[in-house]
Amino acid sequence: MRGPCVTPFSGNVLFLNRGDINTDEIIPARYLTELTKAALAPHLLEDLDLPGFTPGVSTAGIQALFSRANFGCGSSREHAPWALEGNGIRLVVAESFARIFRQNMFNCGMLALEQPPQVMAEIFAAFTGRPTRVDTDLAAETFTLTAQGLSRTFAFRLAPFDRALVEAGGWVSYADSRY
Amino acid sequence: MGKTLAEKIFDAHRVDTPADGIHVLRLDAVLCHEITTPIAIDDLVARGKDRVFDPSRIKAVIDHVTPAKDTKTATQGKILRDWVRRHGIRDFFDIGRNGVCHALFPEKGFIRPGYTVIMGDSHTCTHGAFGAFAAGVGTTDLEVGILKGVCAFHRPETLRIDITGRLPAGVFAKDVILSVIGRTGVGGATGKVIEFAGPVVAAMSMEARMTLCNMAVEAGATCGICAPDERTVDYLWEHIRNDYPDRQSALAAYAAWVPDPDAVYAARLDHDVSALEPLATFGFKPDNVKPARDMAEVAVDQVYIGSCTNGRIEDLRAAARVLQGHVVADTVRGILAPATPAVYRRALEEGLIATFLDAGFCVTNPTCGACLGMSTGVLAEGEVCASTTNRNFSGRMGKGGMVHLMSPATAAATAIAGRITPARLELFE
Ligand code: SF4
Repeated sequence: MRGPCVTPFSGNVLFLNRGDINTDEIIPARYLTELTKAALAPHLLEDLDLPGFTPGVSTAGIQALFSRANFGCGSSREHAPWALEGNGIRLVVAESFARIFRQNMFNCGMLALEQPPQVMAEIFAAFTGRPTRVDTDLAAETFTLTAQGLSRTFAFRLAPFDRALVEAGGWVSYADSRY
Repeated sequence: MGKTLAEKIFDAHRVDTPADGIHVLRLDAVLCHEITTPIAIDDLVARGKDRVFDPSRIKAVIDHVTPAKDTKTATQGKILRDWVRRHGIRDFFDIGRNGVCHALFPEKGFIRPGYTVIMGDSHTCTHGAFGAFAAGVGTTDLEVGILKGVCAFHRPETLRIDITGRLPAGVFAKDVILSVIGRTGVGGATGKVIEFAGPVVAAMSMEARMTLCNMAVEAGATCGICAPDERTVDYLWEHIRNDYPDRQSALAAYAAWVPDPDAVYAARLDHDVSALEPLATFGFKPDNVKPARDMAEVAVDQVYIGSCTNGRIEDLRAAARVLQGHVVADTVRGILAPATPAVYRRALEEGLIATFLDAGFCVTNPTCGACLGMSTGVLAEGEVCASTTNRNFSGRMGKGGMVHLMSPATAAATAIAGRITPARLELFE
């Protein structure tokens, strides 16, 4: 289904300026009986109530989310990263993540990057409200945010196992080639 | 330096350490049910990796909603059914032979001391009662388990809990684990293995140990685990008799799966149960526990006896002993779901089912049913259920419903009284 990505983790950014966005907001429990990952995609962030955010509209053409602390808290459902992936979103940058959500992201070959609160505050102050694009350089461990007339680069650290999962395209591909 | 039981299992199953602190273990059993497995199957098919590592080590059951209640649940069953046929997975339990996964698989002898077990289900920790490392996992981990027979874990720290003292008659493993969770809190063992030991555990039946380990996850633990002993051998004997000349040799072999006396634990807890009394939960967290006798003001609409926590034969015996000669309050709906067909048959033979029927209980087929609010006993908004299950989360048995967790004996006494009531302890002396 997915091979190693050629231009991974780059594209348009959606800013979600709130902490504790939970898995029920990312994909409501009523969709857990869905039988395919694809069926989850239209319901991404359907129950998120945030000023300026319109479910189904705000996420169109988006490839990355930037948010605040404890993103992905709540249940362990892996449906949350799937709903993101189904919409072409494979990068989330936040102040912090719930442990299982973070692991699920890397297991799916997706990127969950943490930045200190003051850096996130800077990013939100400088970029919210402007069409912004992110470009990630996995080798250099940096990402660059670009909006009209504004460009800033930030460094991140990736643990070796997390990097291996991302480079392999997730735990399934990693394990299938290695074991 | 000595090793904990989980460390011994890790050391015997490790196939790789791809990074610091990450241990990839070979799996002895991958368990599947119809709620979490179909989406893993679907994804493997989509990846062009529709394979299984070893059909003899994969076990599958349809248990959560059975018989199917609508098109979606029917389709989930069908995907699982088609998949086991396609791959020659022979240990598959469909209607008529199916029961709640964490009761059925042990009963079939599939779980042995020293095993590594995963399932896409948080109560997989139940199987630790046999001295196995058994963990609930997410869908991607399940996929890899199915495909390659391995799973990655962080090396677990172990919390050792010695259950000491003498368990009073009429107080059960359910009360013990509720009291443990009440003490540790719902996050008290997060990411850890809980090793249950001490004289009270040694005296417990395998059924009771399963009840104990079942709710380890409610304290945040990855797995609950009990060292194997004579009772473990006795329980498994009919399944292992061809592997060992006699029970003594089986016991000697299983000694490999006993923690070292000088094992190093992240923490140790002595938990004296001599003064324990029947408990029940209040609120929406399983660590909200208090004596059932202090909850007499709580009227209930439904009493549910069953699930992977308390749907085994001993549980039915305890409840039937309380119900004998009584009927449920006319404000109460009583529901019994024996956990497996074998439990059901045994209960019939022992006359327990007749006792439940005489008391006015509805007896359903073996299924998870109302435990997760999907069928056979979903609550209406504002309704209250006394339940022998393991989760009292808001909405667990139906939106707006309230669940009070307790032992089968307390649930039976509650059914008769219509309010939360402990059973008379003399009944069990
Ligand atoms: S009985 Fe309840 S807790 Fe146990 S496996 Fe079924 S749904 Fe899960």
